Amino acid sequence: MTKKLLEMRSITKEFPGVKALDNVNIAVNEGEIHAIVGENGAGKTTLMNVLSGVHPYGTYSGDVFFDGQLCRHQGIKDSERLGIVIIHQELALVPYLSIGENMFLGNEQHKRGRIDWHQTHQKAEEYMRIVGLQENPHTLVKDISVGKQQLIEIAKALAKSVRLLILDEPTSSLNESDSKNVLDLLLRLKKEQGITSIIISHKLNEISYCADRITILRDGATVETLDNQSAEIPEARIVKGMVGREMTERFPSRSRVIQDEIALEVKDFTVYHDLFTDRKVVDNVSLRVHKGEVVGIYGLIGSGRSELALSIFGQAYGTKASGTVYKYGEPLELNSVPDAIRANIAYVTEDRKGSGLILSNSVVHNITLPRMDFVSQRGRIDKDLERKTAEHYRASLDIKTPTVDQLVENLSGGNQQKVLLGRWIFSQPDVLLLDEPTRGVDVGAKYEIYQIINELVEAGKSALFISSELTEILGMCDRIYVMNQGRIIGEFLASEATQEIVMNCIMQDSKGEIGA
Amino acid sequence: MNSMRTTFRNNLKQYMMLVALVALVIAFQVLTKGVLLKPMNVSNLIFQNAYVVILAVGMLLCILTGGNIDLSVGSVVALIGACAGTFIITWGWNPHLAILICLGIGLLIGMWQGFWIAYVRIPAFIVTLSGMLVFRGLTLIVLSGLTLAPFPPAYLAYSTGYVPDLFPALQLLGVRNTTSLLAGIFIAIIFCVTQIMGYLGRKNKGYAVESIWALILKMAVISPAVIWLFYILASYRGIPMVLIIVGIVLLAYSYFTSHTVMGRHLYALGGNEKAARLSGVKTKRMLFLAYVNMAFLAAVAGIVFAARLNSASPQAGQSFELDAIGACFLGGASAYGGVGTVGGTLIGALFMGVLNNGMSIMGISSNVQQVVKGLVLLLAVAADVISKNKLPFNIPRFGRRDLKGQQTVESSSN
Repeated sequence: MTKKLLEMRSITKEFPGVKALDNVNIAVNEGEIHAIVGENGAGKTTLMNVLSGVHPYGTYSGDVFFDGQLCRHQGIKDSERLGIVIIHQELALVPYLSIGENMFLGNEQHKRGRIDWHQTHQKAEEYMRIVGLQENPHTLVKDISVGKQQLIEIAKALAKSVRLLILDEPTSSLNESDSKNVLDLLLRLKKEQGITSIIISHKLNEISYCADRITILRDGATVETLDNQSAEIPEARIVKGMVGREMTERFPSRSRVIQDEIALEVKDFTVYHDLFTDRKVVDNVSLRVHKGEVVGIYGLIGSGRSELALSIFGQAYGTKASGTVYKYGEPLELNSVPDAIRANIAYVTEDRKGSGLILSNSVVHNITLPRMDFVSQRGRIDKDLERKTAEHYRASLDIKTPTVDQLVENLSGGNQQKVLLGRWIFSQPDVLLLDEPTRGVDVGAKYEIYQIINELVEAGKSALFISSELTEILGMCDRIYVMNQGRIIGEFLASEATQEIVMNCIMQDSKGEIGA
Repeated sequence: MNSMRTTFRNNLKQYMMLVALVALVIAFQVLTKGVLLKPMNVSNLIFQNAYVVILAVGMLLCILTGGNIDLSVGSVVALIGACAGTFIITWGWNPHLAILICLGIGLLIGMWQGFWIAYVRIPAFIVTLSGMLVFRGLTLIVLSGLTLAPFPPAYLAYSTGYVPDLFPALQLLGVRNTTSLLAGIFIAIIFCVTQIMGYLGRKNKGYAVESIWALILKMAVISPAVIWLFYILASYRGIPMVLIIVGIVLLAYSYFTSHTVMGRHLYALGGNEKAARLSGVKTKRMLFLAYVNMAFLAAVAGIVFAARLNSASPQAGQSFELDAIGACFLGGASAYGGVGTVGGTLIGALFMGVLNNGMSIMGISSNVQQVVKGLVLLLAVAADVISKNKLPFNIPRFGRRDLKGQQTVESSSN
C-alpha cells in the first residue's frame, strides 16, 4: 500500500464573483510524479496557490493534509518548512546574482549572519551535479540559458530539502532537448532520491512520458484521476476529459456579413524577442482577415499570439520584425503605434490595467486618447466636442458610470473593459485586433462585449479575435487560426472545428518536441 | 449635479489644500499681529516666491511624466545668473540680448538632460543629480568663485521693477497706485465675463453645467480676492513686474495642461506609460520636452532671481529644487505621476512661501523652520498616498499598489 504524501479534500476557493475551485479532491502518493492538466482557467494555478500558502488557511474551505498532518499555512514560508516547493512558470531567479547566490537565496549558508561563501559555492556545485549542470557557481544567472535556469530552480528546491516539488509549466519556454532534460531529471530524482513531484503542463506528450498518475481539472472541479503507470493513456482520452463539457455559454448570433475583400493580410511575419533578440517569438506567420469577418487566433499562453498582434500594431513589440502587412490590398509602413492608428488599425490589449487604461484619468480622457486630433484643432482640445463624443460611447456601449468625468479606476472590470473598447471604436478602425477582450469580466458583460463585436463587423469592420478560451473562439469566430510556438499550425472554419480537433492540433505540433 | 460631485471629488485634495492655505494665512496674520498682510509684506511675499512658483510649474510637468523630479534646477538657476552677470556686467552686452541668450542656454541644458533621460533611459534622478553637480561646477568656473554685481537698471526692470503708474494724479480710493487697483478690477471683470460666457455657451449647446449657485459662489469668492490683492499692492508701490511674469507662466501652463493635446498626453504618460504608448502617445518625446521645458523655466527663474539679488552669485539657488518639488507635492501632485494641476502647485508654493515668511516674521530660527517645512511636506505626501482620492476616508491600504494587488487576484483566478 503506497503512502499518501498529500491529500487535498473538498477544496473550494472563491474570488469575488468567481468560484475558482469547486470541491476539488486530489491525492498524491509518496514517490510518484503526479500531473495536473486542464484548460486555461481550469483552476490549476489557484489549487497550487492554496497548497503552497499563497492563499492562506481560512481563505478557502476544505482541508489540506501533508504527510498525514492538517496544514494551516499562513504563507509560503510555512509550506516550505514542510518541504513543499513550488517552481513557477515565470522563473524567480535574480538575473544579476550568481548561480550560487541564487541557489541559497532566502536560505543563505551563514554563521551568525555572516555568509560562508566557501560553503555556499561548494554546496551549489554539489546540487548542480545532482541536476546534471556543469557551470561555475560564480556565473551570473543572466548569462546562462533558460533551460539551465530551470535546472537551477530545481537545484534550489533540492537545497531546501524538498519533499514535494511542484512545477508549473516547467517546459513552456524551453526547447526540445532542454525540456527532455528537465523531465528526465524529474524521473531520476524520483528514482534516486524518492522525490515526489506535481507537474502542471499543457504538453500532453510530456505528461504521458513522465507522469504516474494524471488528475484532470475542468472549470475548477476535478473530473477524474487516471493511472498512467500500468498502461499508457492515449492523449485523446486526456483531451476528452479536459474539454468534454457542453457549450453552456451562449453567444449572440450575427448575420453573415463576410465579404470577398481582404481587409487585413499579413505575409511572412517574423518577430524576435524584445530582450533575447535571437529568440523567434513570431515565426513566419501569414494570415488574412476578410471584411466583415471575425477571425480567431487560439493558442496556449506563450504561443506568441499577443506578440503577433502587438507587432502588427506598429511594432509595439519585439525587434527585427520582418514581413508585410496589407490593408485592403495596399502594403502599409507601420513603424510606430501612431502609424498603425492612422492606418485605422486598433489593438485592444489583454491587460486592461497594465497596458490599456489610464486609471487615474477620467472616462472622457481615456476614450479620446488615441485620436485627440478628432476632438482638437491645432493642438487645442474642443472640450465640448470631446465630452459629447464620450457621452455617445457611454450611451451606445452602456457604460455604467455616474458621469464621464468619473475616474476609470472607480469603475467595475466590465465597465472598464467597455471604456477600453469605446476608446478603440472611437479611433475609427477598419481592423480591430482584440486581445482577450473578455478577460476578467463577468458573464453578462461578456455577452454585451460579444454583441459589440457583432455590431462592428456588421458595420463592415473586421476583427482578429485572440483568446485562450476555446469555447469563446468557437462561438464567436468565422474562421480560426491555431498558433503554437510562434507559428500558425492550423486553420479551420469555425463550423468545422471542435475543441478536440483544435486541442489535438496543438498536441500534434508539440509532439516532436521532446523526441520521446 | 452628479457631474459636479465627481468634479468636486476629483479636486477634493486641491480644495482641502486651499482651505489649509487660507487657515495658514489667517493663523499667521494673527500670530504676526497683522504684519503678514501688510502691503509691503505682500509685495515681499511675491518677490520671494516668484521664482519658486516658476520652478514649481516646470517641476510639475516633470513629476506628471511619472514621478520624475529634477534635482538640477537650483544649479541651473545659478548658472543662468552667472551667465547673465558675465554677459551684462563683465562684457557689457545689451541686457535684452543677454536675456534671450540666457533663455537659449536654458533650452540647451534641457535638451542635454532630456536626451539622457528620455532617449538613453537613464533615471531622471541620476541625470539631474549629475546636472546638479555639473552646472554648479560650471557656475563656479564662469564666475571664478566670485560674485558679480551690480546689474544695470535695464536688466533689473524685468523682475524687480513695478509697473509704472499711468494715472499718478488720480489716487482713487486713496491708494498710491491707481493703475494697480484698476488692473485688479479689470481682471476680476474679465474673469466673471469668461465664466458667464462659458456657462451660457455650454448651456446653449445642451451640455451638462454646474449649478448656477456654484458659479455665483465661485465668482463671489475669487473676484473680491483678486481686487483685494491688487488693492493691497496699490497701497504700496503697485504691481511688481515679476507678478506679470508669474501670471503669464501660470496662465500659459494651466492652459497647456488642461486644454491642449500635448498636455493631455503628459497626463496619460504619467498615468500609465505602457497604455499611453499603445494609444499612440510619443512617450519619449513627451519626456524629453518636459525636461527641456523644466530647464527653460529654470532659466527664467535664474534671470528673475539674479535680478532680485542684484548680483550673480556662485551660491545662488541652493536647494531651490527642493522648494519646487515640495510645492508640487503639497499642491496635490502624485508622487507616481499623472496627477497634479498648475493651480494646485500654485497653492502648494504659496503654502510654503507663507510658512517661510510667517515664521521669519515671528523670529523663529531657520533651523526650526526647516524642521517644520520638512514635516509639512511629509504629512502632505502621506495624505496623498493614504487617501488616494478614496471617499469616504476608509482605513488606509497601500495606495497604488492596491490596484496591482487586485490584478494578481484576478489573474490567478484565470
